[in-house]
Amino acid sequence: MTQLDFESLKHTPEYETLQVLNNDGEVVNPDLMPDLSDDQYVDLYKQMLWSRVLGDRSTKLNRQGRLGFFAPTAGEEASQMGTSAAMDKGDFLLTAYRDIPQLIKHGLPMEKAFMWSIGHVNGNVYPDGLNAVPPQIIIGAQYVQTAGAALGLKKSGSKNVAWTYTGDGGTSQGDFYEGINFAGSFKAPALFVVQNNGYAISVPRHVQSAAPVLAQKAVAAGIPSVLVDGMDILAVYEVTKQAREWIAAGNGPVLIETICYRFGAHTLSGDDPKRYREKSEEEEWFAKDPLIRMKKFLENKGLWDDEKEAAYKDEVEAEIEKAMAVVESQPVQKVSEFLEATFDETPAAIERQVKEYQAKEGN
Amino acid sequence: MAKLTMVKAITDAMDEELARDDKVLVFGEDVGKNGGVFRATDGLQEKHGEDRVFDTPLAESGIIGLANGLAFTGWRPVPEIQFMGFIFEAFDQIAGQMSRESFRTAGKLKMPVTIRTPFGGGVHTPELHSDNLEGLAAQTPGLKVVIPSGPYDAKGLLISAIRSDDPVMFLEHMKLYRSMREEVPDGAYTVPLDKAEVKREGTDVSIISYGYMLQESLKVANKLAAEGINAEVLDLRTVAPLDEEAILATVKKTGKVVLVQEAQRSGGVMNQVASLISQDAILSLDAPIKFVGAPDTPYPFSDAEDQWLPNAEDIEKAVKDTVNF
Repeated sequence: MTQLDFESLKHTPEYETLQVLNNDGEVVNPDLMPDLSDDQYVDLYKQMLWSRVLGDRSTKLNRQGRLGFFAPTAGEEASQMGTSAAMDKGDFLLTAYRDIPQLIKHGLPMEKAFMWSIGHVNGNVYPDGLNAVPPQIIIGAQYVQTAGAALGLKKSGSKNVAWTYTGDGGTSQGDFYEGINFAGSFKAPALFVVQNNGYAISVPRHVQSAAPVLAQKAVAAGIPSVLVDGMDILAVYEVTKQAREWIAAGNGPVLIETICYRFGAHTLSGDDPKRYREKSEEEEWFAKDPLIRMKKFLENKGLWDDEKEAAYKDEVEAEIEKAMAVVESQPVQKVSEFLEATFDETPAAIERQVKEYQAKEGN
Repeated sequence: MAKLTMVKAITDAMDEELARDDKVLVFGEDVGKNGGVFRATDGLQEKHGEDRVFDTPLAESGIIGLANGLAFTGWRPVPEIQFMGFIFEAFDQIAGQMSRESFRTAGKLKMPVTIRTPFGGGVHTPELHSDNLEGLAAQTPGLKVVIPSGPYDAKGLLISAIRSDDPVMFLEHMKLYRSMREEVPDGAYTVPLDKAEVKREGTDVSIISYGYMLQESLKVANKLAAEGINAEVLDLRTVAPLDEEAILATVKKTGKVVLVQEAQRSGGVMNQVASLISQDAILSLDAPIKFVGAPDTPYPFSDAEDQWLPNAEDIEKAVKDTVNF
């Protein structure tokens, strides 16, 4: 009688966490070094700095009561901006609530992102030509929709790609599996990004799954997956750019897992990471700060200095202030308008409620 | 014009719309080569091609999520959920996503999705195939819930649903698929959404119903006519949002109401109808509102359906009690 060795039947493919820059900003993998001009290297850094300033400022504005919901992004700039730097304007973007920087980079006016934060409907009224839907709140729901958007692009004969993001916790959702499986089955042009920041609020990565690598979940869907150092914008950018090209060529979906860390709280609504993370672990990750290593890389090339940094930060602060001024001049929202927006063709029963609320609103 | 079953009328509606609008896509489990487990999509893949009519992997949230993503990118999806009892799996994509998009974006993002799904009792299915879940759907703002009671309405309502820029849940009672035939015009025609219809004029009592129970109500009304009771029968057709005007009009006309639904009594469509009548027509009533519905248990084991389902006898008794109050 053959005794099956079940332990040996656990299969995890070999994954290398792809990296270009080490913590000191040195190029450790020239073969994966993106072929960019000096200005483009600087631009990648500026995008991360922009996001860091935006995150810091959003936190302050939240504390002052001028902004509402905000999910801090610090620590995830290389993952967020490195991926989105490879996005085409015609690509369709489906984000989760922490992915506001990518949405803005894709064309969402900053003031609309802020309106979404304070809970004003105008934040969800996107300009024509912005190929995106408002950020998803239900974890993983965007994954199945991305399969549909990708199939829609394919059926239109478009060469564009549908992009989505979720976190390590999101990979536990049924919609995650259904989304990558559908996209694989239809060979749809979808790019699935898993930003593994180590925690789903407080629940650590190892509780989410017995799978040693989250990216290996793609294996079951029959689609390629790649693991990348999510604190290294050059690696993230190059991997994403190549994945996007492969997808756009009609080869089907790809899943990218970025290994990163959320420096701050889950959201600003009462989460305290000290309840579930060791200080030593945080220190270890702070040393991998994606901005520090890219800044060192640029400084070594003589492309960046503190003066430029200060000037650019001022620019971003001014951009934020300008956006906030628009937010603070939004009209009071009307229930009668919500009712009218609930259906394209408003049924009489709803029209009756419209009239009731219009009377209350003094129309 | 031919006398068609409801399932054939439904097939014809999709056939017309697939031919008329190349943005229409029909998909779901077994809808392709197999033509659907009830043959509702029979021949559509062969005629319109695999690009327009296609099978999906077996996952309901995936199917409706796919529909949502297709709608985001300009398509007009007509997904099928094989049995309504399976729809719990897809409820976030329906109630949490699709039905909110127009509201969420101040009307900018249109979701022209028609979810077709068979439901309803009396056909001896395994568990979770027959459940009347329209009450759950009806409590979802932004979603229109349509239930035809026969072949003519089914074709016209389905064409209206597919052409509508609002999400529609189109519920097809399994017992109506092949149990009756009606004259159904060739070609496309529409029956308006959001409109109830008086299926039988009467003066003594109003029976308000939809779906298969509408047919049972009509049978009872025709039988009672011989006994001198002239019942009016109102078919809601769209069970959410309700055609309040039509409901109030029949109540004011007869002053007596019997509400008939196959679903469990609590939390369903007819409670909303009763609430409306109580608020806006109570002074027109000269008898209490009578309610015929199923008991508040989960849908029963198939061998117990006859004991559980509301039937013509229940309707007849309710109508007589009301008339003789």
